Amino acid sequence: MTQGIYTILSNRCIAPNVYEMVLQGDTSALRAPGQFVNIKLEGFFLRRPISVCDYDASTITIIYKVVGKGTAYMAALNTGAELDVLVGLGNGFDTAKSGAQPLLIGGGAGVPPMYHLAKQLLAQGKQPIAILGFNTAEEIFYQQEFEALGIRTIVCTADGSVGVRGFVTDAVAQLSDYTFYYACGPEPMLKALYNACASDGELSFEERMGCGFGACMGCTCKTKYGNKRICKDGPVLAKEEIIW
Amino acid sequence: MVKTQVTLSGLTLDNPIIPASGTFGYGYEFAELYDINMLGSFSFKGTTREPRYGNATPRIAETAGGMLNAVGLQNPGIDKVISEELPKLATCFHKPVIANISGFSAEEYAHCCALIDKQPQVGLIEVNISCPNVHDGGMSFGTTPESAAAITKLVKSVTTKPVYMKLSPNVADIAAIAKACEEAGADGISLINTLMGMRIDLRRRRPLLANTTGGLSGSAIFPVALRMVYQVYQAVSIPIIGMGGVSTAEDVIEMMLAGATAVQVGAANLVDPFVCKKIIEELPIVMNRLGISDLNEIIGGAHS
Repeated sequence: MTQGIYTILSNRCIAPNVYEMVLQGDTSALRAPGQFVNIKLEGFFLRRPISVCDYDASTITIIYKVVGKGTAYMAALNTGAELDVLVGLGNGFDTAKSGAQPLLIGGGAGVPPMYHLAKQLLAQGKQPIAILGFNTAEEIFYQQEFEALGIRTIVCTADGSVGVRGFVTDAVAQLSDYTFYYACGPEPMLKALYNACASDGELSFEERMGCGFGACMGCTCKTKYGNKRICKDGPVLAKEEIIW
Repeated sequence: MVKTQVTLSGLTLDNPIIPASGTFGYGYEFAELYDINMLGSFSFKGTTREPRYGNATPRIAETAGGMLNAVGLQNPGIDKVISEELPKLATCFHKPVIANISGFSAEEYAHCCALIDKQPQVGLIEVNISCPNVHDGGMSFGTTPESAAAITKLVKSVTTKPVYMKLSPNVADIAAIAKACEEAGADGISLINTLMGMRIDLRRRRPLLANTTGGLSGSAIFPVALRMVYQVYQAVSIPIIGMGGVSTAEDVIEMMLAGATAVQVGAANLVDPFVCKKIIEELPIVMNRLGISDLNEIIGGAHS
């Protein structure tokens, strides 16, 4: 983990209440897709933990949904503004487990971490399939970005307005030859996938956090391997250790 | 060259800065970030006889200028703290540590304090009779002078190291409780623990924390903590460790002027993991600016 000052290169609305922000600064602390950053905002006591969508040698891309005052404040920030950010938090996904053809399953605000994961798996010669779930057509974001990577991208909408009608599990049910799955999204989605997917998998969880780096015990959960802190020992848990 | 050394009941600290219990774990997360041997000491996670999972989540809620926590004393239990955490801590922290002990019965406090008293790494025992997030324990021992004195007397009878009683602000007369602890043999007083509070989720129309209530900490509570340190300083002659909303070197000076010999930093560690390092580096600069050559000269300096 590092603490640094990051400059906003862009901050744009990509779907209703969903924003993509690109930050410039030191990215050396990022070790795996699925990690997150923790952002200090003027006038708010606690930092805001946001998953990393993509990163390179000098930029970090995050995608966040405006759900409260903190994220509304972020949405109003301009290009050039500076933010105090803790970078490289959490364990992230383990790409070594993927096999040849893993599923990358994101639901709503859980879509972003799948993007850099897809890039890394492609770089390793794997053939990931992305399954992106949204409620309606207007909520869809990053479909083109996933498609531009050249991977098979299946979009599901709960109202059936685009792609597969229903949930990500309905798309998974039509596939059989996958080797592993990675998932991030609302807990009901994760639980449904846990029951529906035949292969092993890794699932990324959310919890209200105090610090984000393992000090306060604010986000503890029980697993088959003992108590784990979602922020430090997670947010990614292996399928076999999860207790619902 | 300014003097930042202070002494708590014979234990000399290089500076008065001590990360507060529950905001610093057993130190390792921070040892990865900076050399924690620069700290005066630190108070490790509140420890009980049995391992505890703590409360259900959500355990954390934000407030204006602070936060609520209802962790509920999650810890591996005293036996594992001694067999696993302390040896691991010894690899990254070479100064005496403050052992924070909590309990659900008088016997539990005595049992844990007697065991921790034998650990050479421990310089001082901080007895938490003020946790607001557990039921039938913690704070219930710290809300009357009689029960606070009874725990103090019992712990003192089974220990040889300095014993500091950590008091709750959720009481009518904290000075009376501090006085009772002093008369029962306490070597010092730690204050304050968190203030009990709550938040309600507007959409669900239910308490935001699974535990309903939690302990308020952060900058918002600094004036309350300062006032209580000031009042307790007038009531007792034993040393005080002051805490509550401290986040800058100026806050440390204020706490010491109110009567604290050493100062703990709590919630600020969770927002800025480097805050204690920054305060320690800033302290001599602020002392110079304020014309302070020795911190010992300002302890209780605000009292006429």
